[in-house]
Amino acid sequence: MPPARLENMASDTVLRLDGLSKRFGPVLAVDGVRLDLRRGEVLALLGENGAGKTTLMNMLFGHYMPDDGRVEVAGPDGVLRPLPPGHPQAALAAGIGMVHQHFTLAENLDALDNILLGSEPLRTLRRHRAAARRRVEGIMRRSGLVAPLEVPVGRLSVGERQRVEILKALYRDARILVLDEPTAVLTPQEADALFENIGAMTRDGLSVIFISHKLREVLAFSQRIAVLRHGRKVGEIATAQADERQIARLMVGADTPGIARETLEPGAPVLELAGVSLRGRSARDSLSGLDLRVRAREIVGIAGVSGNGQGALAAVVSGLRRPEAGQVLIDGAPVARPDPRAMIRAGVGRIPEDRHRDGIVGAMSVAENMVIERLDSPEVARRGLLQKRRIRAHAEALAREYDVRGPGIEAPARLLSGGNIQKLILARVFDRAPGVILANQPTRGLDMGAAAEVARRLLEARARGAGVLLISEDLDEVLRLADRIFVIHDGRLHEAASREREAIGLMMAGRAAGAAA
Amino acid sequence: MADIVQILLSESFWAASLRIATPLIFGVLGALMCERSGVLNLGIEGIFVAGAMAGWMAVWLGAGLWGGVVVAALTGACFGLIHAVLTVPLGLSQHVSGLGVTLFATSASYFAYRTALPNVSSPPRIEPFRALDIPVLSDLPVLGPVLFQQTALTWLALILVGIVWYVLERTPLGVAIKAVGDNPDSADAQGLSVQGLRIGAVVAGSALMALGGAFLTMSAFDAFFFGMVNGRGWICIALVIFASWRPGKALAGALLFGAFDALQVRLQTQVGALVPGQLFLMAPYVLSIIALVVAARRAEYPRALLKPWFKGQR
Repeated sequence: MPPARLENMASDTVLRLDGLSKRFGPVLAVDGVRLDLRRGEVLALLGENGAGKTTLMNMLFGHYMPDDGRVEVAGPDGVLRPLPPGHPQAALAAGIGMVHQHFTLAENLDALDNILLGSEPLRTLRRHRAAARRRVEGIMRRSGLVAPLEVPVGRLSVGERQRVEILKALYRDARILVLDEPTAVLTPQEADALFENIGAMTRDGLSVIFISHKLREVLAFSQRIAVLRHGRKVGEIATAQADERQIARLMVGADTPGIARETLEPGAPVLELAGVSLRGRSARDSLSGLDLRVRAREIVGIAGVSGNGQGALAAVVSGLRRPEAGQVLIDGAPVARPDPRAMIRAGVGRIPEDRHRDGIVGAMSVAENMVIERLDSPEVARRGLLQKRRIRAHAEALAREYDVRGPGIEAPARLLSGGNIQKLILARVFDRAPGVILANQPTRGLDMGAAAEVARRLLEARARGAGVLLISEDLDEVLRLADRIFVIHDGRLHEAASREREAIGLMMAGRAAGAAA
Repeated sequence: MADIVQILLSESFWAASLRIATPLIFGVLGALMCERSGVLNLGIEGIFVAGAMAGWMAVWLGAGLWGGVVVAALTGACFGLIHAVLTVPLGLSQHVSGLGVTLFATSASYFAYRTALPNVSSPPRIEPFRALDIPVLSDLPVLGPVLFQQTALTWLALILVGIVWYVLERTPLGVAIKAVGDNPDSADAQGLSVQGLRIGAVVAGSALMALGGAFLTMSAFDAFFFGMVNGRGWICIALVIFASWRPGKALAGALLFGAFDALQVRLQTQVGALVPGQLFLMAPYVLSIIALVVAARRAEYPRALLKPWFKGQR
């Protein structure tokens, strides 16, 4: 960590964050962070969820007012000048462009209008779309970022939307580009292409900060890595000198326990889908002729880019949607009326994708949420009355065992943090020792510690004899945990012949799918 | 059946359709403007009453007809501002605030009327807008009476359809309004003021709504009566959905409703002896509901409609 060396290159510095701090209520989200960005550099900002990465960047862009510290940007003459805080307009004018994790695109407008939004004075009556279009096309040629300009953004793919976001910044003459988790929604190939384009642009003098918690891409594509933990900058390393273990330790503050997946002999099928088809509102929300078998003592991983039918698959397995064709079998027996109650009774434990919306009833207490799937059991309710004392004792034991932390088991569940909500759900699911476990994006948005806990519980259930269906957009997670891997694309499943990232990535993009089936 | 054909062929039927549609055109355009920015304005019914009352009273006090139009629009803008402040920066429920504005604007209008005219049994009349008698054009067959014997306010409504369309589709302001109605973050990230755009759209839209009310007292009739708005505002809220938030379709929807209404009046007089009149009175609403059901299935709501937005929260 050589701050002295950075000081010497001040003439080359295009951006300086000087002791930025931000407090949200009692939480110090960002604590005195100092960071320099040099011209033509790709700086990775690495940290776990809640480390303060996004808050830091939102202060840089003026979405948040810093409580302390300031942002300095180099003008055309290379001299650093402070940026007025809290004004996105000023950040834009200073040449800072930000691509948010959740795209800030109006879906009812086409790409060109999204790009032009805010760059035209609102009082003018005439627009100059043709001229603007030519300029955007020029930028697309130079940067290699291509997207259809005259189609409503709502109809573009995620990759195209992201390119529109970057084009927006480049159209505003951004010299500093901030990308917040740019690859979260891309296939590995799309991600590589994105970084290639970024590389080309930095050679033209663009400076890039990208936020990530994926070590692989940080090591592959950045020149320098700054690590945040609990709002503080805990390290800054030249990527060439960094190694994975060292960075992971900086991020987490301790070594993460490695995950050991022991070899187990799978047993009889516990969950089978036979020719399941489902027609949804769009092709991406449908399933066509799915055949899938999950056996006891195995984890079947479903990899794929978000929105390729994962939601539909999860809905079928949890009984929320009934397939138009095909059968769902649990323990070899077809489920007659596959609704959520029947699936729970048949022994399916569900870890839903959107844990806040579908996993808990936020207004109900932690204790109530823990028993919500077993209200018919005599331990929970007798003669139509809840056994409050038993429920509480039960919840206290579970909270201890699963380390659910928060304001107590009588507090509304919505007050828990995301990681603790997930632990609550794990406690509820695993407490019933289900034979089938549906885990849909079980570690999304969790920090490394909580994610490791989820992985450990899934492996434990597998060892106990459960069959686990793991749906995840995080390919690394699937590779780590799954015994067999399928790729879902456009509502079709294909088993991956190998465990190679490259091959699976191609299948996720819909290529080589026929050959693999 | 022959009766209906005969009615459909008559010039007076089409002229009446356009006349009945006029306040609805103002109202739908206003509601559309608000909703395109993401704010539902259920204050519309009350703003109609306030516009009707304020415009008429201004003329009665000697402001002149166009002076009355301006006063009505400003009155609507004021009530729109109340709704905008409550729902945009304060982020209150748009339903509750809108219904509150309707109750407030309606009662305030009646109160003002009664305060100004405590002892009047029949409301004083004003000299309303006259049909524009344009030489040559008015004498054209069919088109003449339908289009060119309407009052200036009907023409204003038709022109406003074009203006609202142009603003929404062809100006940076319109693009910005549509953006805040779909994803406010998109406008914020590009340095536009979401709150400013929404407040502006609600205030302007409310001014348009008030013109619909003013048409009633200054063109369709020549005085202010209690209950004269009679649900026209609510019809506009439904027509916006029918129109998929597009000015051109809004005009078509208003005309369709106007035609149903004009048809029912004529059918009543012709076959009223056989069928209870109430059925005919119902007809436009029933047909509107049917049309709405058909159209609303495909309707694409502005995605941010009803959702308050605060800076720095995402």
